[in-house]
Amino acid sequence: MAKQNDIKFLTSTKIEKLPKKYCRFKKMGIKYIDYKDAEFLKKFVNEQGKMLPRRITGNSLKYQRKVAQAIKKARQMALMPYVTDLLK
Amino acid sequence: MATENNLQSYELMVIFTPVLADEEFKNAQKKVTDFITENGGEMINSNPWGLRSLAYPIDKKTTGLYWVAEYNAPTEVNAKLEIQMNRDENFMRHMITRLDKYAVEYNAKRRNKGADSKNENSAVAAN
Repeated sequence: MAKQNDIKFLTSTKIEKLPKKYCRFKKMGIKYIDYKDAEFLKKFVNEQGKMLPRRITGNSLKYQRKVAQAIKKARQMALMPYVTDLLK
Repeated sequence: MATENNLQSYELMVIFTPVLADEEFKNAQKKVTDFITENGGEMINSNPWGLRSLAYPIDKKTTGLYWVAEYNAPTEVNAKLEIQMNRDENFMRHMITRLDKYAVEYNAKRRNKGADSKNENSAVAAN
């Protein structure tokens, strides 16, 4: 009877433990997200200028909503593009 | 938030057509400022960003003159102001945002930081 520890793998089984995501607004205590600061909002969109989901950004729901609003405002005022390529 | 006389904090951002001369640009700003103060509002801050390239063309133009203004005003002023702005051809696009208390705080902090942020803006405009 082989115990669990005795089992040897040819290649080491690496199960990476990713650091837990966190909401940067909660952590840093940011209360207001400025739509005028396009450089900052670029952190929350992908290369095509699409908004990133919460799953990836790690924002809490409250602040993800605010980020979304800010990005939409920035788009309206032509501070950020609606669609593009190679934003970053 | 709401203070006495039902004043609310708002922020106005306008994109003017890039064809305006400096003088006309200032006059257009003054027109809005006067309109707000005449209707019982008060200007808090006015920040002309100047010429900036747009992220996408508006009215077949790739640049625009940006102007950001912060003001307190009674709620009914905005509707009137929007009519004025829609009529004027120099206003390519405008947006009025209601500021919550955190936004007012943020803007005040940013202003107090002083000349650095303003220089930054003009640097961006120059590019």
